[in-house]
Amino acid sequence: MSDLPFSDLLDRLEARDTAPPGDPRAVDPRALADTQLIEGEGVLEAWLASRGLEPTAATHEGFRLLALHRQGARGEPSFNACRETCRELVYLRNVALAYDGDTPELRRTLRLQAMVLRHLALFVGGKMVEAGLGDFCCSSRPLRHRDAPPLQGD
Amino acid sequence: MDGNDLKKVAYYPGCALEGTGHAYNRSTKAVGKALGLDLVELKNWNCCGAMEVKNIDPKIQTYLSARNLSIAEDMGFDTVMAPCNGCYHNLKKAEYDLAHDAASVEVNARLSEKAGHQTYESGGVETIHALDWIKRAVGEDELAARVKNNLKGLKIANYYGCMYTRPRHIFPEKDKGPGSESTAKPHFMDDLLAAAGAENVDFPLKTACCGGAHSLSDSDTSTRLVLNILETAEACGAEVIATECPTCHTGLEMHQVRAEEVLGRKTNVKILYFTQLLGMALGLSQKKVGVQENLSDPRDLLRQKGLG
Repeated sequence: MSDLPFSDLLDRLEARDTAPPGDPRAVDPRALADTQLIEGEGVLEAWLASRGLEPTAATHEGFRLLALHRQGARGEPSFNACRETCRELVYLRNVALAYDGDTPELRRTLRLQAMVLRHLALFVGGKMVEAGLGDFCCSSRPLRHRDAPPLQGD
Repeated sequence: MDGNDLKKVAYYPGCALEGTGHAYNRSTKAVGKALGLDLVELKNWNCCGAMEVKNIDPKIQTYLSARNLSIAEDMGFDTVMAPCNGCYHNLKKAEYDLAHDAASVEVNARLSEKAGHQTYESGGVETIHALDWIKRAVGEDELAARVKNNLKGLKIANYYGCMYTRPRHIFPEKDKGPGSESTAKPHFMDDLLAAAGAENVDFPLKTACCGGAHSLSDSDTSTRLVLNILETAEACGAEVIATECPTCHTGLEMHQVRAEEVLGRKTNVKILYFTQLLGMALGLSQKKVGVQENLSDPRDLLRQKGLG
């Protein structure tokens, strides 16, 4: 996967997914929940930087990831195709932190959080390669009408 | 509009249900019949323009859907049911544009006159999805009472795709609190399959992008996105991904095969339309709901579960 944007992150996620129990990469699960959230912020920062924007330091609903998503979607309705992905990333982080101790359920939650993060990286990476990704379908925005005003609501 | 009003609705299958989504068409009709619901297909309907026409002229796309709504009205219906997310989305978008955009209204009036049919005006026909239809016309309690083959023990991840909920502003009836559908975490398919006894898993990628429209121009991105959806469903414990859109369904099935061939990543989760699952729960055979047409051959799994 080294030819993809965010290939380092994707490789790290792959390594985490296959790390056997007791592997140093699998320790400190609570910290990993926050690490994966911050890695998600890094993905959105890269998207904003690629568009010449300064990533915000603000938060939305208590999370910078959600503020970065809102910033990224401004004037770019197709970016809303990853809105729920971002929200799931935050949700799974919160669920992970609610567990006491290191349990199989916590490990499963962290794995799902990693898979959601992978989806975010693949989608945003895909958009950085092929700008129209997501434009064509649910944003309902015509590709050949670049000067069309942003749609209302989203 | 109460459930009785939805016992007989206009039906807009759309092009995909006559081709790759044939099993969805077949199972939707079969489930409707088994539940005592009546679908009356629109006469001489046209393609909604899918994702392509809007790139030439979005107002022509609005007209294409407006013509179908006009036909429904002309046939005496105030509700049209579209099982395909793309068709459903385009009908909803046309309704929104005709209510909010004077230029769309003008183009629609001009083209309708030229084509020689009644001009559709917003507010005349309500567009619903197959999920709305069964949920509102039948409901979970009545559905549960009619179940003959409980889906108990079948673990399902429900995948709604993107066009069922986005963009939010064209679905004003959603996000209205208890009983309404959610655009952030849709649940109507979960509700119906749970009523049939299935065990829905908590699936975090219910509406995640599959790269669908870029399947041909950027196949690798689509394959990786779909593979992640499939692997996440499996990580959630799902044996089946339930779909409610022919494009999502075909994309998941095709890229499941391609992920194995190109990326060497095999997934075993089976992909079935929710209407196929409901049909089998209602006692219909695998053949009746078109299971033999599915690429991700689920027949062994279904036999193990005593279905069909």
